[in-house]
Amino acid sequence: MRHYQLAIIGAGPAGLAAAVKAYENGVKKILVIERDKILGGILNQCIHNGFGLHRFKQELTGPEYADRYIKMLNETSAEIQTDTMVLNITKERILSVISPLRGFENIKADAVILAMGCRERTRGAIRIPGSRPSGIFTAGTAQRYINIDGYMVGRRAVILGSGDIGLIMARRMTLEGAKVLACIEVMPYSSGLNRNIVQCLNDFDIPLYLSHTVIDIKGANRLEKVIAAKVDENRRPIKGTEMEFDCDTLLLSIGLIPENELTRACGIQIDFRTNGAYVYENMQTSCEGIFACGNVVHVHDLVDYVSEESEKAGEAAAKYILGDKTLNNKTIEIDAQGAVTYTVPQRMRCENIDKNLKVFFRVNKSIDKAKIIVSDYQKDIASFKKQYVVPGEMQNIILAKNQIENIRGDYITIRAEEIISE
Amino acid sequence: MICICCPKGCHLVYDEKSGNVSGNSCAMGARYAAAEAVDPKRVVTSTVRINSSTAVMLPVKTNFAIPKHMVMKAVELLNDIEVQPPVFIGDVVYKNILGTGADFVCTKTVNE
Repeated sequence: MRHYQLAIIGAGPAGLAAAVKAYENGVKKILVIERDKILGGILNQCIHNGFGLHRFKQELTGPEYADRYIKMLNETSAEIQTDTMVLNITKERILSVISPLRGFENIKADAVILAMGCRERTRGAIRIPGSRPSGIFTAGTAQRYINIDGYMVGRRAVILGSGDIGLIMARRMTLEGAKVLACIEVMPYSSGLNRNIVQCLNDFDIPLYLSHTVIDIKGANRLEKVIAAKVDENRRPIKGTEMEFDCDTLLLSIGLIPENELTRACGIQIDFRTNGAYVYENMQTSCEGIFACGNVVHVHDLVDYVSEESEKAGEAAAKYILGDKTLNNKTIEIDAQGAVTYTVPQRMRCENIDKNLKVFFRVNKSIDKAKIIVSDYQKDIASFKKQYVVPGEMQNIILAKNQIENIRGDYITIRAEEIISE
Repeated sequence: MICICCPKGCHLVYDEKSGNVSGNSCAMGARYAAAEAVDPKRVVTSTVRINSSTAVMLPVKTNFAIPKHMVMKAVELLNDIEVQPPVFIGDVVYKNILGTGADFVCTKTVNE
């Protein structure tokens, strides 16, 4: 059986950053496993710019961002195995993998980093009624067809969901000569970034219908018509508000699901809120020696944060491999309350935190002038002012070491409140 | 006006008379608001065909922002281009787009 110090599953932004960081921290025998033929993951099809402003202080396209990390990885001793699928992982960190080149084999690793990313929700996930013609794609699939494979997916399109991929595809379809009739969002707000609404919809006069959804799909072989309607506050369609769109294409941008089949099969604890693994302050999962980072843990808005989180996982895996195994001290759970829907990490061990801990979270409603409050029992131990928080943007707060050290309970709570000025 | 310089998306207000910008949280935002009010510009990304054994399409971008009203015309220039590998990130694919001085450069390295 081949043996590695560290096996990383996935060579997208998360896997690449984790591998580079683990190498920098002294791990030399690393295997990076990727199911595609090339490295970089979904960045390869994200040809638009806007990546890397935090990480590299300049605006890069997806392929350029990936290229930076691929170059860094190529300078390490890490082995890369593309065109390879991981079928199973055990708690003893034995990976069953299969590839055309080497067939089936088991690989043993001292530590594993899960960096499988996420996939798109499909039509079935939101049960759109109507017929089942061709011409209905998830936005990311259409993006791959156009940007990588060179196929145009349609001429007249409607986009359901206003997530960033949907918005980016509205612009992309327009630039490739298609007419995008509308972007339809069931919520009263867009889940995409403001900048994308401006530069992808407004720039091309594409209307955005908030509080609307698709209620029927018509067409025998190819999609012919999409019927949309306004929805009430319970997201039920309102009679009499129907709109018809003559179109041959419907793109779905209705959310992403972390790809955790391997994680679940291994018996690693999954957080039902994020659909990703529960992680500690160092991105370790509930299973010792198995770490997770990037979109497989929780869906990020920005690749820069994926890289940052993955570097943390790479560093922690290196520490674990090289013998610093004093990691199981007292665990403090981080409890998301009120408008805060979840946090990552979900738990922490104070002794393992060097300087401070960045806690990522999302909220389920927009709050102008928000205060994020961290409490230990009834006592507030930290509060952070935010000009605004919105559901579409992942937020973070940084807890200082001295704030964490003084926690007495075995859990802390994080909540968001509106600052009411006098 | 919403700033598109970074994911933050600040709400900017541009005073036409004085040229003052408010609502921005950085210098990029101030520059963006002034430019957007007078002559809005965009970086354009698209693809061209490539005659390669490993790829069908090659991603490209404009190396500078070009006037917004030229965006649709600019991408049409790419329709008939087929690139021969090897190409490297930053190689010029189309020079001087519509007299703007900006070029389409490729954003991916394809060796063969």
